[in-house]
Amino acid sequence: MKIVDDAPSGLSALDRPNSYIGRAVPRPNLARLTQGRGQYVSDVVLPRMAHVAFARSPHAHARIVKIDTAAAKKSPGVIAVVTGAELAKVITPWVGVLSHLKGIKSAPQNAIAVDTACWQGEAVCAVVARTRAEAEDAVELVQIDYQELPPVTDPETALDAGTPVIHAALGDNLTFERKLDVGEVDKALAAADAVVETTFVFGRHTGVTNEPRAVVADWNPGDQRLTVYHGTQAPHMTQNLFAKHLGLEEHQVRVLTKDVGGSFGIKVHIYADEMATVALSKLLKRPVKFVADRIESFVTDIHARDHRVKAKIAVTKDGTITAFEIDDLTGIGPYSVYPRTSGIEANQIVNLVGGPYTCPNYRGHARVVFQNKNVMCQYRAVGHPIATAVTEGLVELAAAKIGMDPLEIRRRNLFADNAYPAQSAAGLKFEALSHHASLDKLVTMMNYDALRAEQKALRERGVHRGIGFASFIEVTNPSAAFYGVGGARITSQDGATVKLDAQGAIIVHSGVTEQGQGADAVIAQCVASAFGVAIDKVRVITGDTDNTPYGGGTWASRAAGIGGEAAWQAGKALRQNVLAVAGSILQAKPEDLDIRNGVVVDKGTVTERLDLAELARIAYFRPDTLPPGFQPELMATRHYVPRGWPFAFTNGIQASYLEVDTDTGFVTLLKHWCVEDCGTIINPQLVDEQVRGGVVQGIGAALFEHCRYDERGQMLNGNMADYLVPMACEMPDIEVGHMVSPTADSELGAKGAGEAGTAGAPGSVMNAINDALRPLGAIPLCEMPFTPDRILHALMPGFRNS
Amino acid sequence: MSERMVEIALTVNGEPVSERVDARKTLVDFLREDLSLTGSHVGCEHGVCGACTVRVDGLVVRGCLMLVAQCDGARVETIEGVSDAGEIADLQAAFTQRNALQCGFCTPGMLLTAQELLLRGGAPSREVIREHLSGNYCRCTGYHAIVDAVESVAKARAGDGQ
Repeated sequence: MKIVDDAPSGLSALDRPNSYIGRAVPRPNLARLTQGRGQYVSDVVLPRMAHVAFARSPHAHARIVKIDTAAAKKSPGVIAVVTGAELAKVITPWVGVLSHLKGIKSAPQNAIAVDTACWQGEAVCAVVARTRAEAEDAVELVQIDYQELPPVTDPETALDAGTPVIHAALGDNLTFERKLDVGEVDKALAAADAVVETTFVFGRHTGVTNEPRAVVADWNPGDQRLTVYHGTQAPHMTQNLFAKHLGLEEHQVRVLTKDVGGSFGIKVHIYADEMATVALSKLLKRPVKFVADRIESFVTDIHARDHRVKAKIAVTKDGTITAFEIDDLTGIGPYSVYPRTSGIEANQIVNLVGGPYTCPNYRGHARVVFQNKNVMCQYRAVGHPIATAVTEGLVELAAAKIGMDPLEIRRRNLFADNAYPAQSAAGLKFEALSHHASLDKLVTMMNYDALRAEQKALRERGVHRGIGFASFIEVTNPSAAFYGVGGARITSQDGATVKLDAQGAIIVHSGVTEQGQGADAVIAQCVASAFGVAIDKVRVITGDTDNTPYGGGTWASRAAGIGGEAAWQAGKALRQNVLAVAGSILQAKPEDLDIRNGVVVDKGTVTERLDLAELARIAYFRPDTLPPGFQPELMATRHYVPRGWPFAFTNGIQASYLEVDTDTGFVTLLKHWCVEDCGTIINPQLVDEQVRGGVVQGIGAALFEHCRYDERGQMLNGNMADYLVPMACEMPDIEVGHMVSPTADSELGAKGAGEAGTAGAPGSVMNAINDALRPLGAIPLCEMPFTPDRILHALMPGFRNS
Repeated sequence: MSERMVEIALTVNGEPVSERVDARKTLVDFLREDLSLTGSHVGCEHGVCGACTVRVDGLVVRGCLMLVAQCDGARVETIEGVSDAGEIADLQAAFTQRNALQCGFCTPGMLLTAQELLLRGGAPSREVIREHLSGNYCRCTGYHAIVDAVESVAKARAGDGQ
C-alpha cells in the first residue's frame, strides 16, 4: 500500500516509523466496494429466509376498524399474515422519552399499528412470503377498513384548543418545550441601534440513503438466539432494543452490521418495521428479511429539520451583537422516535443559536408538537444547520442594515482565539476553538477582495452573483451527557481489542462502525501507529456484537475521536505486551526495545532483533522455551470515553459563491469553501471528503430537498423523481481548509468531522442568495428550499414589503 | 402462472445463462436474486438513482427499468464481470486513491457510467464529467472526488494515446 507522505506540518504529533496519523492512507475496504463485492444487508440471503412486506396506512390518521386477511393468506407463496394485535403478543411497545429532556412525553408505539394509524405510511399489517414480490402481491389482498380521523398537520395550530389531541392519554399535542433566558435580552433590544426580526422556515427533508433500510432477522429456537443482520450505525444499541422488547437477554441477540449503503443518522434509530421484522422471525422461527423500497423509505425513514423559527438580533452601530432571540416551533410526527427521542433537534437549536459569538444576552424558546405526518428525529448535524442558518442569517441581515461587511461583523463578535476555555450564553463549554484563524484562512483561500471586485464588475453587466458566509460550531465526541444521563442504553464509551495473530499481523475489533466514512481506515491508522507496524498488517473488524467491545457505534461524529483513541490506547498496550515477550525471548529489558515496521529492534541502535512472525511462533507454539512463569499476553483491550468536556466542540466557517438568474430564479453554484477545525487530523483525505459530502447534503436542504405534505397529511412527492436530491451536474467544486485545535481530553486530540459540512452549508447558501439579490430590492429569502419560484416571488415588486 | 413465465437465453459476463423467468421480473432483480450478482444495487426502482446500472449489448442501462424478459439473446455485463476483465482497473484504482466512494453503494453504477464516458476518448472537462454522471446519485461524497477520479483517468488514458 502506498502511503502518501502528505502530512501537513504540525499535524503529526508523532515522528515514529509507521506513523500514519495525519496521512491520507487509502481505506482498506475500497477494493471490495469498487468490484461490486461488498456485502450489504440487502444482499444477505439465508436458508429458509422469508420476506416481509407491509400493508401501510393510506391515511394520516385513521381508526383501524377491521382487517380481513383471508384472501391474502391464500395468495401464492404466503407464509403468514400478521396484524398488529397478533404481533403485540411477541413484542412489547416502546415510548421514546429520556429523563434529561424535562417534561418530554410520547405515547406507546407498536411495531405494527394496533387500533389507530397515526401517519400515512405506518405499517398496519405484515405479509410474510417466499419472495418479496409474492409478499407484495398478497399485501394488495389484505382488506383493511379504516375510519378516517381528523389529521393534525399544521404545527402552528397543533396546540390550539380546537385541535384534536392525537394521543388522548397525553392530554395535549405538546411533546417537549424548552425555555432559556440568559442576560438582559429586552434591555439589549431596547438599547440597540438596529434590530432585525424575521422568520426562518426550514423544509422538512430526509436522508435518502442510497441503500434503503434493511434488516434480516434469524431467530434460532434451538440456540434460543436471535441473529440480526442490520444496516445500523449502533449495533449494541439495537441489540439492547431487540432483546428488551422480545423478552430476551442481550447475550441472546447478536447484531451484525456489514457494509451499509449510507446512514447519515437515518440508521441510528429503531424503526417500527424493523422491530416487526425481528418479532416475525421469532414468531415464525425462521429468517425474515425486510428491505424498505424507496416509496416506503420516503414515508418511514425519519424526516428532519421541519422548523419555523421566529428570530431577532440586536446590534449597535459598531457592529457589536447585543442580543439573540428565537422562538422555534417544530412538528415531529405522532411519536417521539425511539430511543433517542425527537426532542433533541429543537433542544440543540436552542443550545446552538448564537454559539460562535460572545453576545451575552440570549432568549430561546422551542416547542415540539405532535402531528399526523411521518416521524422526525436526528439526522446528520442534528439542529446545527437550522441554528447556524438562523444565527448567520441574522448576522448578515444585521450587517447589511448597519452597512458593515459581513466578515467584519463576525470579526467583532466571534469568540477570540485566545479566549478559551469559554462558555456561550446558552452555556456551551468550549475547550479550544479557532474562529478568527479559520475566518482569516477562508479569506485567503477564496481571495475575498478579488471575488468582491468580480461580483461588482459583473453586477454592472446584469449578472447577479452573491457571496455568503456561515461561521459554525459543531458538537462532536459526545460524553454520557448526550444520552446516558437521560436513561438511554446508548453508550458514549467505546473500546478496541487488539491481538497479534500467529503470523505477526494485528487484528483489531472495534466498537465503532463503518458507514462509508472510513472508520476502518482510521482505526487501522491508530493501531498501526501506536503499535509500530505497517498498516497493511492491520485488519479491522467492526459491526458484530458477539465479537467487538461494547461500543456506541457511529453518530455525533464520534468514530475517530472516541473509537480512534480507544484503538490508539489498545495499540500501545499490545506494544508493551509484545515487548515483554520479546524481552523474555531476547533476555533484554523491554524498555530497551522498540517495534518498528513490524520488527522488534534495539531502541537505541535500531538493530533488528526479532520479527513479529517469529515472536508469535515462539509465543503460540513454543511457549515451553520461555522462562518459567512467564505468560505472553498477545491481546489487549482498552476503552475510552471523554471525561473532561461534555462534548468536543469543533468550529469552522463556510462560504458560498453563486449566481442567481433573475429571469428564471435558478441558482448556479459556482464554488464553495469550508475551513474547519476538528483538532488532530488522523486522515486528511477522509476529513476533506466528510466535509465535501456534508456540504452537498446541506446544499440539498438549501436548494432542493423538501418532503411536501398537503393539509390532510399526505406526502405529495415521496419518490426520487419528485423529491430532488443534489446530483453531480448541479454541485460546485468544494475547497476545504483546516485549522488544528486538538482536544486535550484524549492523547490523539482528534475531534469529530462528520457533520461540519452539513452544519454550515444551508446558511452560507442562503446568505449568498440574499447577497446576490439585495441590491435588486428583493425581500430577504428565509424559507428553504430556495426554489426558483420562491426566488422569483422575492424579486417581484408586488410582493415587496408584503 | 405459466403464461407469466418466459424462457430466455442470454450471456451474463460472458457466461451463457438459460432460465425460465417471471415476465414481470426486472433485470436487476434477476441478476441479484437468480444469479447472486449482488454488485448491481437496487436504490430507487424507478430509474432515478442509477445504483442498478449495468451494460446490455454494450450500452449502459438501468437494471430496474428493463425486464429480464427483454434480455433474451442479449449480452449483459455487470460490475463483477467488467471488474474481473480488468477493463476498469485504472478507474477503480483512481476511485480508491481519491476516496471517490464512501459507502460504495452507488459505486458500481458510477464506475460503469464513468467508463461509458471514458470510452469516448479525449479528456472531458469537469462540466462534461458532471453532466455525464448526473443520472447517478451519490449521497456520500458530494461528487467532487468522483469528478477528480474520472478526470485523472481521462487524462491518463488520453496521455497514453488510447
